[in-house]
Amino acid sequence: MKEDVTKLSRRNFFKAGTVLASGVAIASALTPYDGLLFAAEAPGAKGKWYGIGIDINKCIGCGKCANACKQENNVPKDPFYFRSWVEQYTIKNDGSILVESPAGGVNGFTQSVPDADIYKSFFVPKMCNHCAKSPCTQVCPVGATFETEEGIVLVDEKYCIGCRYCVQACPYGCRYIHPEKGTVDKCTLCFHRLKQGLQPACFEICPTEARIFGDLNDPGSKINYFLKNHTCMVVKPHLNTGSKLFYNALSPEVR
Amino acid sequence: MEDHLQNLYEVLSKVEGYVYPNEIELNWSILIVLYPYITGLVAGAFILASLERIFKIKVLKPTYGIALLTAFSFMLVATMPLVSHLGKPLRAYEIMITPHSSSAMAIFGFVYLWYLMVVLFLEIWFDYRRDMVIWGNESTGVKRFLYKLLSLWTTDISPKAVALDDRIGYIVTVIGIPSAFLLHGYVGFIFGSIKANPWWSTVLMPVIFLFSAMVSGIALVMLIYIVLTKVRKQLIDMECLDTIAKYLLYILLIDFALEGLDQIHRIYVAEESFEALHKLVFGKLFYTLFIYQMLIGTVIPLLTLGTLQFYKPKAQIRKLIYTILPLLVLAGIFFMRWNVVIGGQLFSKSFYGYTTFKTGLIGTEGYLMAAAWLIIPFLILSFLLWLLPPWKKIETSHE
Repeated sequence: MKEDVTKLSRRNFFKAGTVLASGVAIASALTPYDGLLFAAEAPGAKGKWYGIGIDINKCIGCGKCANACKQENNVPKDPFYFRSWVEQYTIKNDGSILVESPAGGVNGFTQSVPDADIYKSFFVPKMCNHCAKSPCTQVCPVGATFETEEGIVLVDEKYCIGCRYCVQACPYGCRYIHPEKGTVDKCTLCFHRLKQGLQPACFEICPTEARIFGDLNDPGSKINYFLKNHTCMVVKPHLNTGSKLFYNALSPEVR
Repeated sequence: MEDHLQNLYEVLSKVEGYVYPNEIELNWSILIVLYPYITGLVAGAFILASLERIFKIKVLKPTYGIALLTAFSFMLVATMPLVSHLGKPLRAYEIMITPHSSSAMAIFGFVYLWYLMVVLFLEIWFDYRRDMVIWGNESTGVKRFLYKLLSLWTTDISPKAVALDDRIGYIVTVIGIPSAFLLHGYVGFIFGSIKANPWWSTVLMPVIFLFSAMVSGIALVMLIYIVLTKVRKQLIDMECLDTIAKYLLYILLIDFALEGLDQIHRIYVAEESFEALHKLVFGKLFYTLFIYQMLIGTVIPLLTLGTLQFYKPKAQIRKLIYTILPLLVLAGIFFMRWNVVIGGQLFSKSFYGYTTFKTGLIGTEGYLMAAAWLIIPFLILSFLLWLLPPWKKIETSHE
C-alpha cells in the first residue's frame, strides 16, 4: 500500500513537471527571444526623436566644440579621453591622405603640409552618433547603456561594470573608460542642458553654426530643414547602426 | 593612475598614422587573452574525456579522469581574468542578476554556469561518488570529513546504485558534448559578433574558436598525462598517447583549414579594411601570427604528427615528441588568442593607423597577474588529483 502512494506521488511529480516544462516552452515560443533581433528593428519613436547635423563646409577647425565639451562635462584633460573631437583631413596632390587630431583639436589646428602639396583639406567634427540601433547598447551585458525615448544613448555609471565591451562595439571610437571612475563615459548630447531647454555645449559654442540638432519627428525643425536642403550622409552606413549624425559634404575618405 | 597615464603618453608617442583619440588605450589586455585561452582548455579537455566515455574509445581510458579534473580546474578559474579586468569588479554579479538579453557577454554567464555546475560538476560527482564513499570510510580526520562532505553523506554503494550513477553520468556526458561546443563556440561569438571590428567580425569565429579549443585542450591533457605518469613513476601507455596524437592531428588539420579559409576569404574579398589589416599582419602581428601561431604552433606540429602516422620511431623518441609537441601547440593557441584579442585592437577603426600594446610586469593588468591566473588552475588540479586520484578509482567499464 505504502509503495503505491510513492508511485502515485512520483507519477504526479512527473505529470506536474511535464505540464510545467511544456508551459514554459509554449510561453517562450509565444514571446520569441528578441535578443537576436536587436539590429533588425526599425526605430519606433513617438514624440521627440533627436538627430544631429554637421556641415563640413562650415567647420573652420577652431576646436571650440571639443574644448567646450571637455569643460562642460568634466572630461579628463589628457588627450586619451574624448566625448567630442575634431579631425583634420588633408588630401595631398599625390593622392595620399593625412588625418590629424592633435589633442583632439581642443587647441585648434595648424597645417603641417605645405600649401603647394595640398589637393584639398577639411575638418570633420566627431562625436557620438546616437545610433538608433546602437551596437554599444546591444552588447552591454547589464543594460547600463541604453537609448532614451528621445533617441539619445546614455550610460548609467552607477550600473556600468566597466567590461569595455561597448568600447569595442562602437565603430566610431566614441567611448572611453573614465580613468578615475572605472566606468564607461560618452557623449550625452548634454542631456542635463537639453532638459533645461538649452543647447548642448558644443552646439552653442560653434561660431559658424556648423552644428545643428533637433527633433527629426518635427517637420519644421532646423534639423529637418538641414537634411532637406543638403545632401547628407552618415559615417560607415554599411554597418547599419542607425546613425543619427548626418554630415553635409562628407567625403568618402572620412571614416 | 599616474602610471597609467604615463603609460598612455608613451603609447601616444608610438602611434603610427591616425587612430581615434579614444583608441590610443588598448581596452582589452592580456587578461582578456587568457579568458578564451583558459575556456578553450576546458572545452578541449572535456571533449577528449567524452571521446572515451561516449564514443567508447577505450584506449583513451588512462586520460579520462585526468581530462575531467583538468577541465574542472580550469573552469573554476575561467571567468577570473574577466572579473579582475572589470573597471568595477564588485559589480560583476549584475551580469547574472540583470542580464541584458541582446548581449553575447551576458548570456555567456549562463552558458558558463550551466557548463560548470550541470555538466562538469555533476559528471565528476557521479563518476566519483562510490569512490568517495569508500575513501571516506577508509580515511580519518579532515580527509574523511572532506570525502563525506563531497559525497553529501551518501552511503549506498550497492551495484544498483553504482549502475544508476553510471547511467546518470553517461546522460550528463551526452548533454555535455553539445554544451562544450556551445561554451567555446559562444566565446568565439562574443568576438565574431562585433561588426565594428573587421578583424573579429567573421561568422567562422565560433567554429575556429571551438576547434582551436579542442586542439589546446587535447594538447594540455596529453602533457599532463605524461608529466603525471613520470612523477608517479608509472609506465606510459604508448597506445593511448598514439591515439591522442592521432586525434590532435585531425583536429589541428580542421582548425588549420578553417583559419586558412577565413584568411583566404579575407584576402579574396579584400573589403574596406583589407589594407589596414594587411599592414597589421605583416607588421605588428608578424612574429605572433606567422612565427609563433602558424609555424611553431601549427605547421611544425602538423608535419610531425603527420609523419608519425606513416613512420613510427622508437617509443622513447615518440615519448619525447609527445612531450614537446603539446608545448608547441599550447603556445601556438595562446598566440592565436593573442592575435585575435590584441591584434583586433592594434589598428584603428578609421583604418588610418595603429596603436601599440604595452603592459608592465606588475599591476592588475600586468604579466604577473596573468601568470597567476594560469598557474592557479594547476594548483587546483594538483589538489584535486591528490583528493580524487583517478588511478586509485575502482575500475568501472562505463558500459
